[in-house]
Amino acid sequence: MTAIEEITRQPLFGVALTVVFYAIAQTLNRRWRWLHPLFVTAGGMIVLLVACNIPYENYKAGGDIVTFFLGPATVALAVPLYKSAQAMKGKIRAIVLGSAIGSLSGLLSVALLMWALNGVKDTMLSMLPKSATSPIAIELARQLGGTPELGGVFAVLTGLLGSMVGPLLLRKAGVRSDIAIGTAVGTASHGIGTARLLRDSELRGGVSGFAMGLSSIITPLLCIPIYWLT
Amino acid sequence: MGGLAILFGYQCIGYAAHRFLEVPLPANVIGLILLVVSLFCGWVKVEWIELSAQFLLKHMMIFFAPTIVGTIVFFSRIGDEWVSITLSLVGSALTVLLVTGWTTAWLVKRKPKGEGA
Repeated sequence: MTAIEEITRQPLFGVALTVVFYAIAQTLNRRWRWLHPLFVTAGGMIVLLVACNIPYENYKAGGDIVTFFLGPATVALAVPLYKSAQAMKGKIRAIVLGSAIGSLSGLLSVALLMWALNGVKDTMLSMLPKSATSPIAIELARQLGGTPELGGVFAVLTGLLGSMVGPLLLRKAGVRSDIAIGTAVGTASHGIGTARLLRDSELRGGVSGFAMGLSSIITPLLCIPIYWLT
Repeated sequence: MGGLAILFGYQCIGYAAHRFLEVPLPANVIGLILLVVSLFCGWVKVEWIELSAQFLLKHMMIFFAPTIVGTIVFFSRIGDEWVSITLSLVGSALTVLLVTGWTTAWLVKRKPKGEGA
């Protein structure tokens, strides 16, 4: 099977596989709205890689190229953010305060749950910054004395989770305001949640992008007292 | 393509600020903040970047897919910790969503007095 090995080693393989699965996920999502496109794309690829015994390193060569475009996409959040400014006017205080209290609840709930469940301390420290964007979560996990890579993994999984359940959970909880939904999903699940909201509404996505930026600033500040404790 | 050039340009400025001015935020986020400021100041017109931005944002989810696939390397490592990890991660994520959502909704509705501008 050297031919297959040869092909999967090319960066082209990872790029092509990601695009194919994403296209399939989009089609499935049009038919069944509740099927989350990112969950299907990533889950499908994981199943395929494991089933065909293709090493992750082979996929990563192309995967990194796809991930590269996350850079300009994040910068592009400036557009919905700018366009939502009119609607956010006079509500900035509510968004900043809501995001700050939400970020604090994230740190406290991780500490409390991990303590109650007899979790490992290193794992707990890596999980604390999980609602920040992954580069920040990685850095904070390192500074807090946890495992950096684990911090990144927790941030990504939290993002996926918030992206999948966030809008429905908030509707069931009686949160109707676009501003509040955007703030909650952006604070809890950074860019992945924002990407989900942008599919429905530019306003929610814009607010979510704003909240993502806020929690990137607030979470490190809230972590400062933890250095003194540990 | 002009739009994409501007987006990459701001990302580069963000990287420079992160690397040389030691701003403790990721390059992307600094680029985002600077581009928002530039839009408000009128240095960049939203029409210049709108098409590129909309394409990237419409498909933003795909850019996260490889990172999620990357978590498979970690799954073999968590072993017997998976119960406390799963419950804490899910519990805390739901907590943040609800606390932020309720708090913000309440603050928005409250309309604090003396709010000018």
